[in-house]
Parts: sequence; structure tokens; C-alpha cells
Amino acid sequence: MSPTLNDYLLLSAILFAIGTAGVFVRRNLITILLSIEIMLNAVNLSFVAFGRSLGTADGQIIVFFVMTVAAAEAAVGLAIVIGLFRHRESLNPDTFRSLKW
Amino acid sequence: MTLFYLFGAVAVVASLLVIAQRNPIYSVLLLIASFGALSGLYVLLDAPFVAVTQIIVYAGAIMVLFLFVVMLLNAPHEETEHDEKIHPLRRPGPMRFGAALAAVLVVELVWALTRAGGSEPSAFPVAEFQTVRMIGKSLFTDYAFPFEVTSLLIIVAMVGAVVLARREAVKD
Repeated sequence: MSPTLNDYLLLSAILFAIGTAGVFVRRNLITILLSIEIMLNAVNLSFVAFGRSLGTADGQIIVFFVMTVAAAEAAVGLAIVIGLFRHRESLNPDTFRSLKW
Repeated sequence: MTLFYLFGAVAVVASLLVIAQRNPIYSVLLLIASFGALSGLYVLLDAPFVAVTQIIVYAGAIMVLFLFVVMLLNAPHEETEHDEKIHPLRRPGPMRFGAALAAVLVVELVWALTRAGGSEPSAFPVAEFQTVRMIGKSLFTDYAFPFEVTSLLIIVAMVGAVVLARREAVKD
């Protein structure tokens, strides 16, 4: 018995939930960015599984675009983290509340 | 099937450890392991191009960028320590709400997918071999415009990253 589409979607859902939990629970900017990467990869997995199931290459092309967006997001996000760390010497997102309220 | 379970288990366990680690360096290294398992899954899905790109771009480029920043900041243990020792559901205010929302998301996703599995046992069709040639062809014909816009996005991100991370010039 080979794995079906549902198996891949279930795995993708588990990974996405892990990423979401990481964003909500962790209080470290770097780990939060890593959790976002986990979520992006979970979605990539379901894209490829759907594309394989439909017999087209479109899923893989969308994954290609998601990867470029992830690269851009990581570069800008990490630059912001460096800037924030320079100002406050902290990576805890609760330290940065100037824009809150 | 065994390979699927092996790669899936590695991916899930490594991802769990990523968000459980206190030291960001271990988090980044574990995430690379998780990406390796995912690229194995892509091979199982007959997508060798995505598998190779996953290793080269994600594990090779993006994760090295993360590792570089973690080592540049040199702050693996900061004052989040005592805050994170508290159980997520016992923390003050919005954090408890967020942890509860994450749990709800898990329940919902598992519920939806197990119900979807009952109606339609969807095995994959027999693979017509999807080569890199196919991907390249449609990337430069049907998806030519998004592909070009991607280059613009990368340029903007690069300039933005340099501007944001640059040290302020000394005012004279």
C-alpha cells in the first residue's frame, strides 16, 4: 500500500500546526521566523502532493515561487531583527511595544 | 510506505524539536534536518527538481543566512528564559489565547482530513515522468510574467535588507 494524497495532506497539516504553535508559544524572534519557515514548507508539501495527484507540474512551479518569496522574507525579516536587536539588545517580541495601542 | 513514514516522522520530530529548543543555533540545525526529510518526501512524490531546490535554496542559502544572523547577534540565551519556563497555558494574557488557538487548529485540521479520507481513497495516478524540462518550459512560457516579477521582488528585498541592517552613518 503506497501513501495516498490524504497521508501527505495529514503530514502537511501536522507540520503547519507545529509552525503555528511555534509562532504563538515562543518568545524569541529568530524562533518565530523559523516557525514561519516550517509553515511555508508544510504548504509547499501539500502543493507538490496536489500537483502529483492532478498529474501536472504546476504545483512544483508554485513551490518555486513560494521559495523565492521565503528567501525575500527571510532576508528582510532578519535585517529587521538585527535592527531591533541593535536598539534594544533583546530578541523578545514583548520588548517592542512602541507601536502597540 | 515505510520511506514515507520514516521521512514524515523525521520531519515532524525535527520540527517539534525546533520549537522546543532554547538555543536558536540548535533550532536552525534541526530545521535543516527537517528540510532534508521533506526533500526525501519530494523525491517520493516524483518531484526531483523541488527536492534539489529544497536542499540548495532552503538548507543551503536561507538556513545559512539564519545561522549567520544567530551567530552575529550572539544572544542565544536572553531574558526570554524565565518567561518560557512557564507552561504556555499559564502565561499572562494573549499568549495563553495563542496557545489555545494553536491547539484548536491542530484539532480542526486533523478532524477535517480524517473526514475527507473516508469518502475518497485517493491514490496517486500512475506517474507520467515530470522532468525538469516540463517545469522549465512552462516557467518561461505560461509563468513568464510571474517569473520576471520574482526577480524584481528579490532586488527589492536585497536593497531593503541592506538598508535596514546597515549601521547608521556617523553624523558630522
